[in-house]
Amino acid sequence: MTILKLAVRNLLGGGMKSWLNAVVLSLAYVTIIWTQGLYQGMDRQVSRTMIDAAVGGGQYWVEGYDPYDPFTLQDARLKLTGKLEELAQSGEAAPVLIVQGTIYPNGRVQAALLKGIDPEQKVLMFPSSFLKDSDSEIPALIGSRMAQSTGLGTGDTVTVRWRDVHGTFDAQDLQVVQVMTTSIQTIDIGQIWVPLKKLEEMAGVENEATIVIVKKGLGQAEDVPGWTFRDLDFLLQDIHQIVKSKTVGASIFYAFLLFLAMLAIFNTQVLSIFRRRKEIGTLMALGMTRGKVIALFTVEGALHAILAALIGAVYGIPLLAYFVAKGLGLPVGTADSFGFAMSEKLFPTYSAGLVIGTTVLVFIITTIVSFLPTRKIAKLKPTEALRGKL
Amino acid sequence: MNKILLFLSFTCVLTAPAQAQTLPADQILDRIDENAVAGNRISVTEMIIHSRRATRTLKLKSWVQGEDKAFTEFLEPARERGTKMLKLGDQLWTYSPDADRTISISGHMLRQSVMGSDLSYEDMMEDRKLRQVYEATVVGEERLIDRPCWVLELKAKAEAVAYYSRKIWVDRERFVLLREVRFAKSGRQLKTLEVKSVIRAQNRWLQNDVVFKDALKAGDGTEFIIRSVEFDAAIPESLFTKASLRK
Repeated sequence: MTILKLAVRNLLGGGMKSWLNAVVLSLAYVTIIWTQGLYQGMDRQVSRTMIDAAVGGGQYWVEGYDPYDPFTLQDARLKLTGKLEELAQSGEAAPVLIVQGTIYPNGRVQAALLKGIDPEQKVLMFPSSFLKDSDSEIPALIGSRMAQSTGLGTGDTVTVRWRDVHGTFDAQDLQVVQVMTTSIQTIDIGQIWVPLKKLEEMAGVENEATIVIVKKGLGQAEDVPGWTFRDLDFLLQDIHQIVKSKTVGASIFYAFLLFLAMLAIFNTQVLSIFRRRKEIGTLMALGMTRGKVIALFTVEGALHAILAALIGAVYGIPLLAYFVAKGLGLPVGTADSFGFAMSEKLFPTYSAGLVIGTTVLVFIITTIVSFLPTRKIAKLKPTEALRGKL
Repeated sequence: MNKILLFLSFTCVLTAPAQAQTLPADQILDRIDENAVAGNRISVTEMIIHSRRATRTLKLKSWVQGEDKAFTEFLEPARERGTKMLKLGDQLWTYSPDADRTISISGHMLRQSVMGSDLSYEDMMEDRKLRQVYEATVVGEERLIDRPCWVLELKAKAEAVAYYSRKIWVDRERFVLLREVRFAKSGRQLKTLEVKSVIRAQNRWLQNDVVFKDALKAGDGTEFIIRSVEFDAAIPESLFTKASLRK
């Protein structure tokens, strides 16, 4: 207790030097928590958006279907039977048929995936309702990125060519009935959404689908022969991986920031021991063991971390609260460069684990760094210390 | 590749006696199909791609054995020199010297255009005989490039066929296709083939200058001009192997 009291007195007695060290360290605290919170928020936000508008509660994929392998698309469709048909009819699942096609915007050739979805579906928060009650022969819904790359807008028509189930070419004009703005690239780039029944008719199939998206919270109902259930862990693994890799990348920055703060504390400790060698000698002459003197200096150094946490709380809590409420606006186009469904505004999430974990980690590192220079005291002779020698 | 060669093949025709009367449509198709296979041949062709923005000329040499085997090497321009294609039955490989890699063209890649031309790989692969696949009707007679032609409408009798219907203009005496339009199921024109000139080589009639066009795409199509052709030439069997792509 005496050591703690002495350490607090010495720390506060350090004046501007102690406060500066603590402020620098508090910057490290707040930056780490703020940035980590941004990544946590990004992960949560993207996952939620994906679940709401693209992946639902999980998906049944036709066996062999791989969205990253166009070779598998040609035969990737199967008739809906049993449980899947029940789910689709009860509105708890949305079948999606995928057919490869080619569009000719302004005479250019461009590959496109034609995706058939029920305009009445309620499984996804996806504007499929634009596809119903349209006068056009083939109403189509496209994303803003697709609109930009093709030069198409609402009301425009474009010729699409595809092969039916037998491999026979067919071609017709489709009309873009709506351009949707979505942060999810996987339902936008290179894709054209049309009514499911229309696409079935175009492909010459009936009641067939490539994937079946189940309602959020429903999960896997049962094993369905010919289909493989993909859960959210599988469907969102890319996002988790990207966020994880970005978090790892950011830790280099944290390490640098912490290194600077620790350098300041280490320097302070070295200087403190040098300047206070007579005090160390006196304390030892008064009966304080070397261990206790080392503990005193270590606690003094470690208290920087606590002081920094308090200072950080003073300006950090309002700052972080502001970003939680208002979000962090990203420059135009930045969201797309991340390669996944990120909105133009990022809302960070700060968990107790993140705050406590960061505080404890910084405290431990500070304590270790504070301890390192004090090892010299262990070799110090009190008589020499009293004379001001080290 | 077969389609490039199909231009030749459709074209490689023995001199035929003048057909004063209309032959039954099936017989006309038979005559075209008969002419489609001409044993071994080696040819040098110029491929002129008239795209929306520019015109590009490529020169290629082809070695063809019957219907199933074909080997093509691009000779010009320098950028494409050494690019090779091998067709064995229903399989197709391309070799790029820059990447030093042989790629099997299948699935969605078959839909891609060959060197930016109006011809897709699947167009090249199509080699089924017209008579096997289509029901034909003679719908009229016209003159094209100053030649009397029968006009035939072809409708698919099999389901698994790329083009649901075609309209062809056939030289009544030489049984050379002088024009062709390929249609989608909806009736939309997909591809057109227009012959600009015909030549006689080694007692056969050949389409010498052909424009093949993707009707949905902007541009003036891709022109094929035969610069030289040799029939019944000796072609080593080893040429039709994947190993020869890297040589």
